[in-house]
This record gives sequence, C-alpha cells and structure tokens, in this order.
Amino acid sequence: MTVHFKQDEPDNSNRLDGMKQGVLGKPLPRIEGLAKVTGTAPYAAEYHIDDCAEGVLVTSTITRGEVTSVDRASVLSMPGVIAVVDDEKLCTRAAQGTANEAPMQGPGQVCYWGQPIALVVAETFEQARDAAKHLKVEYREENGAALDPNAVEPEEQEDETVHQGDLAHAMAKAAHSVDVTYTTKGHASAAMEPHAAIAQWDGDKLTVHASLQMLNYNITELADALDMEEENIRLISRFVGGGFGSKLGISEEVVAAALAAKQIGRPVRVVQSRQQVFQTVMRRSETTQRLRLAADSDGKLTGFGHEALVSNLPGESFAEPVLQSSHFLYGGENRELMLKVARIHRMTAGSVRAPGEAVGMPALEGAMDVLAEKVGIDPVELRLRNIPEQDPEEDLPFSSHKLADCLKQGAEAFGWDNGPRKPRQRREGEWWIGTGMASAARVHNIAEAKARVTLKADGTALVETDMTDIGTGTYTILAQIAGEMLGLDPEQVLVELGDTRHPRGPGSGGSWGAASIGSAVYVACKVIREELAKKVGISEEELELSEGKTATGESLTDLLEGNDLAREGHYEPGDIEDDYTASGFGAFFAEVRVNHYTGETRVERMLGAFGFGRVLNAKTARSQCIGGITWSIGVALTEALEFDPRDGHLVNCDLAEYHVPVHRDVPDLEVVLVEERDGAASPIQAKGIGELGMCGGAAAIANAIYNACGARLYDYPMTPDRVLAAMPD
Amino acid sequence: MADTITVNGTAYPMPDDPRVSLLDFLRQHIGLTGTKKGCDHGQCGACTVIVNGIRINSCLTLAAMHDGDSVTTIEGLGTPEEPSALQRAFLEHDGFQCGYCTPGQICSATAMLEELAADWPSDASESLEGRIAISGEEIRERMSGNLCRCGAYANIVAAIEEVAGGGRS
Ligand code: FES
Ligand code: FES
Repeated sequence: MTVHFKQDEPDNSNRLDGMKQGVLGKPLPRIEGLAKVTGTAPYAAEYHIDDCAEGVLVTSTITRGEVTSVDRASVLSMPGVIAVVDDEKLCTRAAQGTANEAPMQGPGQVCYWGQPIALVVAETFEQARDAAKHLKVEYREENGAALDPNAVEPEEQEDETVHQGDLAHAMAKAAHSVDVTYTTKGHASAAMEPHAAIAQWDGDKLTVHASLQMLNYNITELADALDMEEENIRLISRFVGGGFGSKLGISEEVVAAALAAKQIGRPVRVVQSRQQVFQTVMRRSETTQRLRLAADSDGKLTGFGHEALVSNLPGESFAEPVLQSSHFLYGGENRELMLKVARIHRMTAGSVRAPGEAVGMPALEGAMDVLAEKVGIDPVELRLRNIPEQDPEEDLPFSSHKLADCLKQGAEAFGWDNGPRKPRQRREGEWWIGTGMASAARVHNIAEAKARVTLKADGTALVETDMTDIGTGTYTILAQIAGEMLGLDPEQVLVELGDTRHPRGPGSGGSWGAASIGSAVYVACKVIREELAKKVGISEEELELSEGKTATGESLTDLLEGNDLAREGHYEPGDIEDDYTASGFGAFFAEVRVNHYTGETRVERMLGAFGFGRVLNAKTARSQCIGGITWSIGVALTEALEFDPRDGHLVNCDLAEYHVPVHRDVPDLEVVLVEERDGAASPIQAKGIGELGMCGGAAAIANAIYNACGARLYDYPMTPDRVLAAMPD
Repeated sequence: MADTITVNGTAYPMPDDPRVSLLDFLRQHIGLTGTKKGCDHGQCGACTVIVNGIRINSCLTLAAMHDGDSVTTIEGLGTPEEPSALQRAFLEHDGFQCGYCTPGQICSATAMLEELAADWPSDASESLEGRIAISGEEIRERMSGNLCRCGAYANIVAAIEEVAGGGRS
C-alpha cells in the first residue's frame, strides 16, 4: 500500500523531535562501514559473473568530423578478441543529471577529442586493452571547430537574466564600488571509482551493475538509449565509489556494455580508464565572471551585478549555473545578472559537486572582501549588514536563514579578530600568515521520492528504495529515521539501496538525497505508526515507541501478531517551492601561510559553520562538510583542467597532472553544525549538506592569501606562479 | 622456483599472461576485490597492498614479478567479524565516505606505522637520523600517496593518530 504525501505547507510540527528512541541526529558510525573498511563492499566492476568478457572503449583522436571506417579486421585476429562494437546506439557523451533521456548517440560523428567511438571486447582485460590500442580508425576531419570560449559569440541564458533598477547609475553614485573580473578554470569530479558497468542479458531482460547516482533517471536513460522498455531493465548500484555529479546520468560504458553483451551473447564488463573518465564524462566549465558591487558609506549594498560566461558543447542544455545563489544572497536594489554560454568543442560540461556556487561563490565572496577593505569595515560585518529581509529579486520570504548565526558562531569558534584589516601583519621567516573568511550558500533542492518500509513480525524493520549511497551516509540516516519513528535501534533496521527493483528514490545529486528520501521513509513510518496506534487503541500522536515497545510495555512483535506490516511512502514536494526561497547557508574561516619567495600557499587551519536544517547524523553530516571544505582547498589552490588550444583535448587527464588535494594539503578541519528546523524545506525539516561545504570556501582562502601577503588575485586556482606575480615587493 | 604468489597466507599459481598487473591478478584472477583500482597508473594509492612487509601500488607492478612473494591485502588485515585496530578506528572516526579509497588507505597506514616505528625519515621529519616523533604532519606526509576524493583526510588522520598513539608516544 502506498501513502502519498504532497507538501504544500511548511511542516513545523517537528514530529521527529517528539519520538522516544533518541537516535536521530546522533553521530552513529555508518551501518555499511564495516563492509567498506574490510574491503567486502562490492562496487560495480566487482561482481563475479560467469563467462564475463571484457570491453575497452576506443576514443577519437580528432576534434570534429566523421568516422569513415573502423577496421575490425585490424584487431579481430588478435588473441582473445571477440568483437568490435560500433553500433549507432553507442553513446558519445554522458547524460546530464536528471536528463531522463538518452545522451548523444552515434559514434560515427565526432564532436570532441577523446569521444568514444567504439568498444573492443576480448576474453581478458589485457587482450581488450591491447586490441583497443591497435584498432585502425579513419576519419574525415572538419577543421576549424571553435575551441576558445572567449572567441565565439555566446548565447544568453535568458531565464537567468535580471535587470532591476539601474546598476550603472548606482555604481556611479556609490560611496564605495567594486568592479572586478574573476576567472576560474575547469574542474573534474575525479571520483575515486572509475565509471564501470557489467551488463548481462537473460532473453530480453537486461541487468546492469553500474556505478550510478540516480537509478530512477538512469533506468529511463538506458531504456531510451537501447530503445527498450524500462520493465525489462534492472540497474544495481549498491556501493558507489564517489560521484560528485559525474555519475548523475548514464555514461558511455553503461550503454556500450549492454550493446556488447547483446552482440556477443555473453556478459560484458566495461571499466573506463582514469584518462577516459577525465575525457569522456563531465567537466565543470571554466568561467569568466564580472562582479559589480555598489555600496553606501556604511557598506550597505545599493547595487549588485554578476555576469558570467561559461561553455559547453553544441547540443547540451546544461550551463554551469554560476549565479544561482547570487540571486538572493545579498541585497542591493539595482541588479544586473546575466549568464552566457559559449558553444565550443571541448568535452561535455556538466555537473561537478555544487554546480554553480562552487565557482560563483568564490568570485562573489572575493569581491565582497575587496569591498570590505574599501569601506573599511570587518568583512564579517559587511556580510551581516547585507543579509536581505527577503529574496531581493522575487517577492518571497526565506524558508529559514542561518547566515548571520553561521557568521557569528563561526567567527567566535575560529577566534576571528574583528575590525578593519590590513595585509602583511604577521611574518614568520619566509612565510606571511593571514586569515580570511567568506559566506557559504547553496540553494535547497528536493525531489519526489518513494521508499518501502516493512516492520517485520520479528520486530525488525526493512527499508527498501533504489536510492543510492555515494558516500553521503544514506544507509545510516535512513536506519536512523526509521529507528526513531518505529522505536528501534538502527541495528534492527536493514536498509537496502541501489536496486531498481525497489521503489524509486530521488537519486543522489544536488544535495537533495537525504531530505527527499528521508521524507519518503518518514511518510511510510508515520502510516505504520498509525496502524500500530490503532491496535493499541490510541492516536498516532499518543503512541510512544522505544526499544521495540510502547510506553505501556507492549512489544512490537506482540502488536504485529506474526504479520509483517509494509507501507510505501511517496513524498512529493508541492507548491511550497513557489512560496519560499530556500537555501543552506554558512561561513568559512581560513588561516594560511604564503611563502614570500615561492608564492606557495599552505592552509594552516580552516573552519566552516553551516545551517542546513535538521542534522540527521552528526558524524556523517560533519564528514560531508569536511569533504566540501577539502574541495574548497582544491578550487582555491590546485585544481585546473588544461585544454590544448590546438585541438581542445584535455591535457591533464589523470590524477598526477590534475591536482586534487592530498593528505598534506589538508589540515585538521573544524565544523560547527548550526542546528535548525526548516519546515518549509521538507517534512523532516532537513536540507542538504553534500555541497554547501564547498560553496565559497575557496574565497576564504583567497582572502586569507591577500591578508597574509598582500597579493590580491582574481584568478582561481591561486597557484604559486600566480601568487608570486601578484606579490608586492 | 615456487611459481606461486602467496596472498593472505594462501598460495596461488602465477597468471599465464605476463601483462597481468598484481592489482588485476588480485581483483580478477583470485577474486580479492577489496583492493581497488582508481587510476592504474600509480597516481592514487587505491591499490595499495603490502608485499613482504612493504606497501606498494599493486597497479605498478606485474604479477609475474612476485614469484614467491607474500602479499597482504585488506582482506588479510581483518574481517567484518574481526576488524584490525585501524579498521575499527576508521569506522569510529568516519575515515571514509564512499569507501573506495579506504582499503588502500588502511593498507598504506598499516605499513606506514611500521615505517614510523623503524624510524624511516620523511620530508616532514626534523632530522634524517634518530627517532621519529609521530605527528599529524608526519602522518599526512607519509599518507599523501593515498588520495581521497570524498575528502575524508581529516578523519583518516584522526583514525591513524588514535592507533599510532596506542602503539608508541
Ligand atoms: S590504482 Fe594503483 S595507484 Fe591508482
Ligand atoms: S572515501 Fe571516497 S575517495 Fe576516499
């Protein structure tokens, strides 16, 4: 039986706070953790499937044009080679998040360097890899493909455009103004588990073990790509070795494995190489951003301008949503916002952790630091003075707003020294030492979700949904929500995820997972509680459950009388989304040292204070935050995709040349969880936290670099060469 | 010639194809998938195993080069029923998120603590001679070959420090 709940009104009942088990929010270790630390958790490529052949993708060595011949004979005689697949259904790009339809197909047309064009299948991985290198492919190349985002006429994304008041006039009249242009380089998700799939057919039924974030969308994408019915497909992703956006949609290996398995009548495994993952999945677009801030003599904003240029391939709808939080974070009645996309032939641009704010916030918060200095006030104070009463563009209230609390609590915990600031106040040997701060904001997203909860006759519970846990803590928080509602130790709750045989969850992406699927589990549990209350002869509100018993001592097993009690919860966000602007907020504080002679920056300590609704598990929530802060360090200092200006190919397509932060780059990190209840965000009063931790953190580091050594940079990442070039004598 | 590789105490025949890396031998040939492939190029540390007591990237070496060697993988360090001290500490400190880099981190840390105990110096050491004091910075330096894109570093270091602290001050 399915219970549908559509949320049209805020739910401020905070029912979960009245439950008696007392496990929700507690810092419990992950329930799947032992499997992960002992290497017994199976990831997509690790299922043992009899008679499985190995496939290796072949990618294009031209930028744009046509494949005129694929010489199968050049490899079919090699040892162990079974087939070459260049079916027109092969996907040449990954699907964008929530695309719900097949990505670009047709390997005969090449649109970017490194695009998949064929799959070679052999008995062993070594044979397939060797053959893939030897496959002879001929092309008809079309020269002159646009490669430089700054050299083409960009398209305006009209739904992002805001013209409000007269910004030029406000800038001219302002007591203090800032007009600066920032650039950010492209980023890669670089999830540690490479994209992988094992496809297996049983008649017309297809099963794929894959590494995917959003099975509910992925099944539709795969069905569309293969031109088959969803009912005949089963996707399994029980453990996903990181996603960060790169596994939102299906990628090339999923479709290739399915087509190959069909063609050869055997299961086929396809694992992308690290270089292929870099080149064929998704990049975060580079950006150029102009920030204009106009303020009165007290630092109150009268004008706000943010214009951004991003890029993508022709035919892609995704445009890095750089301005997302700029629309509401600060006031200023005169506003100009505009987002433009340049169509170029570099690999696909798509979602990488915190699309939009990950690069928009570092630019905005850098500009705010420049403004604070001009106004001559503390940068924390500048932010506090500019928190708007309501959404400055839409006539909407905020569902909740914790920016001020995060700024104050963060400053206090960090030991922030208030007041106007001057660079170069502290030097130890070759090193300048300084501090910086920035605000955090990340829009709240939520999605429809379904989960089945079964209270078993033996007094344990089972939660089933096709939702994924990509390291986010889904397994554990669902056990906690069900445990809290049903009066069970979370150890008594079995959570089964990542299988499309289960009710459809929202998938993991856009930080919406926990609030959406948590709400579905909550809805299901609430109805189970109603049934139990009926048996006891009281109302659901009166029912107190803990340790498998009611307050009057009746055990769940007695109440169930040998029967399982199963309910499917179906949560749907309602009109409420149109009534509020909802966002997570926070503040970052960083201390860095910068070497006067080499320009090297080291982050000495960093703190983030975040308000994102109810905390479902203080341990996993904190981990999400430190993960985000770690990414902030990468954005600030090291991460940059570099493209060859001649053919647009990604040059640094591996983990040696694309520099994600490593152990020694990351100091001990401090996180302050600013608890709140946001009833308009979800019926469990929770918002997301997977991305907020990197939305602005890079600016805290950039601002600290300036405070330390006086080098004001406008280009991320702030590598030693750039810092040195900006370093005053 | 032994013609076998011993993994977690069990001897296995060498693979026929000389191109098989030690990593693929473990994962594909003998089914020990606890060791992970993150890059296949020695750039991420996910494939770290302990060979004759020393940690190495198993993707950077061919199985054929390990005739007679003794390999310990994550499965050999502990089990869900009997996890090692480091495995327990990772669980307690949430020293992982997606879990994909985790077996490599734990194998690496296990051998790294031995290196510290044997006073092998690192870039973070005060001196190349004498006793090495265990510090967060030593651990970070020595673990920098093990990437974690989830960004669990702060918790991983806390987990290792707990176990290191238990062994020696
Ligand atoms: S897989 Fe061996 S170092 Fe990355
Ligand atoms: S836990 Fe995901 S990469 Fe380390």
